[in-house]
Amino acid sequence: MATAEVLAKYELTIGIECHVQLATNTKLFSGADNDARGKNPNTVVNPIDFGLPGMLPVLNHEAVKLAVRAGKALNAKIANISRFDRKHYFYPDLPKGYQTSQMYNPIILGGLVEAPLEDGSIVKVRLDHAHMEEDAGKLTHYTDYSLVDLNRAGTPLIEIVSQPDMHSPAEAKAYVTELHRLMTYAGVTNGDLYHGNMRFDVNVSVAPKGAAELGKRAEVKNLNSFRSVERAAEYEFNRQVDLVERGEKVVQETRGWSDATGKTTSQRSKEDAQDYRYMPDADIPPIVLTDAEIEEIQNDLPALPSYYRDKWAKLGLDRSVTESLLNNQNYAILVSEIQDAAGDDTAKRVAHWFSSAVSPEDEAAEIASVFSPEAFIELSQMVEKNELSSTAAKEVFNELLVSDKSARAIAESRNLLQVSDESAIAAIVDEVLADPSSAQSVADIKAGKDKAIGFLVGQIMKKSQGKANPALAQKLLREKIGEL
Amino acid sequence: MTKIADYLSNSAVENVKRAIAKAQENEDYHALLALTETRALERAAKVDAGLITGRLKGVPFVVKDNFLAFGAPTTAASKMLEKFDAPLQATAVEKLEAEGAICIGKANLDAFAHGGSTENSAFGPTKNAYDKSKVAGGSSGGSAVVTALDIVPFALGSDTGGSIREPASFNDVYGIKPTYGTVSRYGVVAMASSTDSIGCFTTNAADAELVMSVMAGRDPKDMTTLPDFFAPTEVKPGQKIGLVKDFMTDDVDPEVRARVNDYVAKLRAAGHSVEEVELPTAKYALAIYYIVVPAEVSSNLARYDGVRYGHRAEGVKTLAELYGRSRDEGFVTENKRRIMIGSYVLSSGFFDAYYLQAQKARTLLINEFDKLFENYDALIGPVAPTPAFAIGANTADPIKMYLADIMTVPASLAGLPAISVPAGETEGGLPVGVQLIGKRRDDARLLALAKSLESTEAKQ
Repeated sequence: MATAEVLAKYELTIGIECHVQLATNTKLFSGADNDARGKNPNTVVNPIDFGLPGMLPVLNHEAVKLAVRAGKALNAKIANISRFDRKHYFYPDLPKGYQTSQMYNPIILGGLVEAPLEDGSIVKVRLDHAHMEEDAGKLTHYTDYSLVDLNRAGTPLIEIVSQPDMHSPAEAKAYVTELHRLMTYAGVTNGDLYHGNMRFDVNVSVAPKGAAELGKRAEVKNLNSFRSVERAAEYEFNRQVDLVERGEKVVQETRGWSDATGKTTSQRSKEDAQDYRYMPDADIPPIVLTDAEIEEIQNDLPALPSYYRDKWAKLGLDRSVTESLLNNQNYAILVSEIQDAAGDDTAKRVAHWFSSAVSPEDEAAEIASVFSPEAFIELSQMVEKNELSSTAAKEVFNELLVSDKSARAIAESRNLLQVSDESAIAAIVDEVLADPSSAQSVADIKAGKDKAIGFLVGQIMKKSQGKANPALAQKLLREKIGEL
Repeated sequence: MTKIADYLSNSAVENVKRAIAKAQENEDYHALLALTETRALERAAKVDAGLITGRLKGVPFVVKDNFLAFGAPTTAASKMLEKFDAPLQATAVEKLEAEGAICIGKANLDAFAHGGSTENSAFGPTKNAYDKSKVAGGSSGGSAVVTALDIVPFALGSDTGGSIREPASFNDVYGIKPTYGTVSRYGVVAMASSTDSIGCFTTNAADAELVMSVMAGRDPKDMTTLPDFFAPTEVKPGQKIGLVKDFMTDDVDPEVRARVNDYVAKLRAAGHSVEEVELPTAKYALAIYYIVVPAEVSSNLARYDGVRYGHRAEGVKTLAELYGRSRDEGFVTENKRRIMIGSYVLSSGFFDAYYLQAQKARTLLINEFDKLFENYDALIGPVAPTPAFAIGANTADPIKMYLADIMTVPASLAGLPAISVPAGETEGGLPVGVQLIGKRRDDARLLALAKSLESTEAKQ
């Protein structure tokens, strides 16, 4: 492993290709169900996906629409005319002997992703282009045979090709994280990483700092998490610097990543690279989109993460709170609606609840879509009115996520409402002050050691089973001690 | 003149039985690879019972065996698909059946439609209807011969570079290659996606009009089909016809030129004007064609890999061997030649020099046609440079074989409608056809022009 000083002599350069499965109902060129999850092998395949003789592709216009949305979410230009090409290679998971893709005239041109890093800085990643293509099937290998499953064959994809604009593993992670948010917010993909809805190929090269040319790159294929993108880039940085330091050469090749070992291994060198014999696909007329059509699709585009970042800037949230909130679009929408309906303070309080409720890359946390902002506004108001302690509020919040009761009903059923009845609290205050164990604290307070009041408030809270309004308890305590 | 009309009033079962009997009598021509007798008789019984009716009720026909059709395997005259039973039928076949037509058999062709003589069939050549020592033409040779032998009144073909027109010319029948996109290609084994056109063989223009009316039209399953436009029509005297000089050079058999000139005389006699026109890019058409088409062929034939269906080599040990041997055994020499040419012209470093350059030249050719059609209603010339040649005469020399396509490929590359019309015979008794080429969507006008000359013939 190269030391930090050695690594510091080198510039790391990263470019990323990302395959995004589009959330259409049917496949790119056939009417077969596009959702292969949990389906038996080869059950969502029709003669077109199967590559029977005489079958012809019929372009799914929904996929085109999603590609346009993707392009707009990526700050890219949409081509008025784009075309499909055939990429030829033989493999049993490729039924036609070619993959229908876009080589010469892709639908999405250029683009820019601005991804926030954990240190608060932003990495700007320019995009070369993004093109539409169909996914291949899946092979499962056994000892002396392999099985083909074509359920995924023909699933619409866009491949987003970045410029080599990233220079650290953290930047690579920030880019793919933001890309995932952009694609899910725009409704382009379900974004389910576990099921391969987004897959990343990371191109890594190193060169001495200040060198005019980039080094030879290795491409780490098929990463399916943000963390593995970061780790693979880190590993490659070290591996390639080690090679160069030893006087060896980095070879241009395709490498695989193992999450278990945390290493990349060589799969295919450039010499084995296939000649794909790209050719225009004469079965599919060009996709022609007028500016008006593009604009219409763009007008449907939901708010993107940057919209919320701008909108929440005045809430004074920690960057980490904002970003973890943004990991779930439903939460972001909800907090935004609450901000509109009940103001910044309420939004801030709710934002904190949600940010700690969300674990990054949490797939199941979609439940908030069924909630109205009102339930959370009510909860916030209860806190404001001292009807709930912050701890109790968190408890109510957690139940709100999984129940359809109102905040108040939950608080009542859990017996969490704070006692703000002066006479009731006064009785407890008297009880606590009468307790001999309080004598020392009382004396301290009288002697000016104000901190000692904490102990007494704690005793009151204990006796009230946490329901006493602590502010009120403190007020009454001071009054009573003053009278003593 | 129409022949189909004679069938419409007969019992469908009788029509089918007669067609099958005639097919069996003429087995030595090897025009058919299979009869679909059982299914045909079942359908005929339904027609006679009044369960199926339509504009072609009870009319027997034959499909070229590259159309997915029920009743017998769809072989494309190849070992690769020798046992392939289609799970669905081509749109063209479905449309004909919906009008009551009955498919009685599957016609021989050059394997995967690669060829101009039907000698490339994996199951042996088809013989010319007029001289069994001569080729049937191709690739739709079987379809032309069953029509010429009067086994059926019409047969289906596909034309990628002349595969309907040339065998029509060689067998004295009508053959129409419509405007690209007139008839759905869905369910027809693809050869070259940018020129494949579905058409038919008949013994007269009116029958071609009827069959085309049924088959033509936009198909949601084929994105390249045009909106419905085909409608039979009439033409008045005074059409301006261009005789393509570049097709009438000394390289063309004098007897072929003589028959074309005879037809020109008939056109003039019928009140049309005919002038010589030039199509200089036509001389590059064959070179363009034999780059673009093999490129598309190499791509369209990539799916035949022995993995999911079709021929699969036995006893292979590796994936590469499975591909290599299955394809080696399943394809004929001409298939492999075109796959290799196509793979070559598409390979990295050659794509620009061959494929792109050919596509640019193709655009020049299209522009040249378009310019001519600003002044002319139709173009005329021979279909092929010679009448049917002897079986085996050209098989050793692929270039010589390709030269037979020299006058049919231009219309294919430009997507134009072109028909082959019987125009007499040589002294040796071999049929000669003339080719009429129209502007895009002028298919019905071409047929109407040919029809109008049939009636002058009848008057004479």
